[in-house]
Amino acid sequence: MALKTEEMILNMGPQHPSTHGVLRLELELEGEIIIGAKPHIGYLHRCFEKHCEAMTYPQVTPYTDRMDYLASMYNEFGYALAVEKLLGIQVPERVEYIRVIMGEFQRIASHLVAIGTYGLDIGAMTPFLYCFRDRERILSLFEQTCGARLLYNYIWVGGLSHDLHPDFINQAKDFIKYFRPKIKELNDLLTNNKIFIDRTANVGILPLDLAINYGISGPNLRASGFKWDIRKDDPYSVYNKFDFEIPIGNGTMGTVGDCWDRYYIRVLEMEESLKIIEQALEQIPEGDVTSAIPKRIKPAVGQVYSRVENPRGELGYFVMSDGSVNPFRVKVKGPSFVHLGIMNELLKGYMIADVIAILGSIDIVLGEVDR
Amino acid sequence: MKSTEEIFEILKANFGESILELVAAVPVEKFIRINQLEIDKVCLFLRDDQDLLFDSLMNLSGVDDANGKKVASENGDQIISGGTLSVYYHLESTKYRHKLVLKTSAEREKPDIISVSNVWRHADWHEREAYDLLGINFLNHPDLRRILMPYDWEAGYPLRKDYKNPEFYQGMKVPY
Repeated sequence: MALKTEEMILNMGPQHPSTHGVLRLELELEGEIIIGAKPHIGYLHRCFEKHCEAMTYPQVTPYTDRMDYLASMYNEFGYALAVEKLLGIQVPERVEYIRVIMGEFQRIASHLVAIGTYGLDIGAMTPFLYCFRDRERILSLFEQTCGARLLYNYIWVGGLSHDLHPDFINQAKDFIKYFRPKIKELNDLLTNNKIFIDRTANVGILPLDLAINYGISGPNLRASGFKWDIRKDDPYSVYNKFDFEIPIGNGTMGTVGDCWDRYYIRVLEMEESLKIIEQALEQIPEGDVTSAIPKRIKPAVGQVYSRVENPRGELGYFVMSDGSVNPFRVKVKGPSFVHLGIMNELLKGYMIADVIAILGSIDIVLGEVDR
Repeated sequence: MKSTEEIFEILKANFGESILELVAAVPVEKFIRINQLEIDKVCLFLRDDQDLLFDSLMNLSGVDDANGKKVASENGDQIISGGTLSVYYHLESTKYRHKLVLKTSAEREKPDIISVSNVWRHADWHEREAYDLLGINFLNHPDLRRILMPYDWEAGYPLRKDYKNPEFYQGMKVPY
């Protein structure tokens, strides 16, 4: 006689050390195998979009910081570009260069958190400490520039709040020199670690057609083997002036689009970001960073969708103006929000122990999922 | 790579009356207005036609147009009566690199729009968000529940322009 079996519902979160924030996953299990997963989000919902409608355009900038708090520079960058597009203004070249430098530093800092905490999820404590040590140097660079370590309010519509401090370029060059060997160290410590590979290779495979249909972007899309980077494919700011590669996943340790690929793309991207910063530091022109900041922002009636390649993927701002000083509608298409939507597909057929590995590899920030 | 005008002609030839108009006299982004009850067929065509191949939905966002009349309700609050709620779709083809903006509108009193979540699964959560925050009812959606607000939120749809904060939520004072 066959044994009677029954599916079981298991709640993971909202308070769970490996969910990287307040997220509840409702897992449907058959034994230890996952047959369905329902993410429940909204625990950090702060009505960002409603707030925007009561603010003037420049007042929104500090709010955008608080969405993806690990990549605040890039949130501001995206918002500033969207409003500038709506206004039809050009910013001085020096501003563009500084934005790119800051953005790429932010990408490295954000990837360091992603990589460090991913190791932590899998059970490797040391890389986390190494990553945070290096990230600290980037944060103090930011702190010296604009006074804040995480929530900067630095990139404004039409310009920047401050110019670079006089010693910035030297310190940035020092950092590049310091950081290059650290990537190698990280590879020895984590990337090629047998235990790490066993936990991540061939786990959480994301096929490319599914990824595109689900709107997956950024490192997660590239890990599935698609060369797509908005910095190259739909260039904004001055990104078309730099020479850099777009790394894609090729299944080195397992299958294309598995957790290891998604992890390793981030390691490779840090190297590319260093290349961009190096070139930008060489080419940066002189100029005034506040000259193009409009006194009064009052765009004509219309709407715009503008997107940037945030460390996590495509960050889009849909901004609509009704001709007044307040935005009529601001909608944020955040990469984390979109990536979480695929969890049901991605988790099916894997074991509970893999949930942590898969969730960590897509690198979400709940502050931006919930907004 | 096709321009919005060319795509408009192709759609007009295939769908006729369902394609309402091309709005080109706006700064930055032109868009095509489409009947809200035919949007899924149009989108499926846009995705699968070999010359268009809009395989990626970049963004879907609901908007309260607030173009109705402002009237006072029984308890003295200002509410908007009549007018429309709209949805903007931003599409992109990763092969041909062209982009397109579509817009659909529905009556505020009966905001029914056909879901496109079976065309792009990406639309699933964005439609849930538009339902949650604006109360747009997406027909044929597989799982239309609130997403950001609590499941038992009864005070309406926060992103509507005439939304008023409730005094109490589950017996707790708001704001506490």
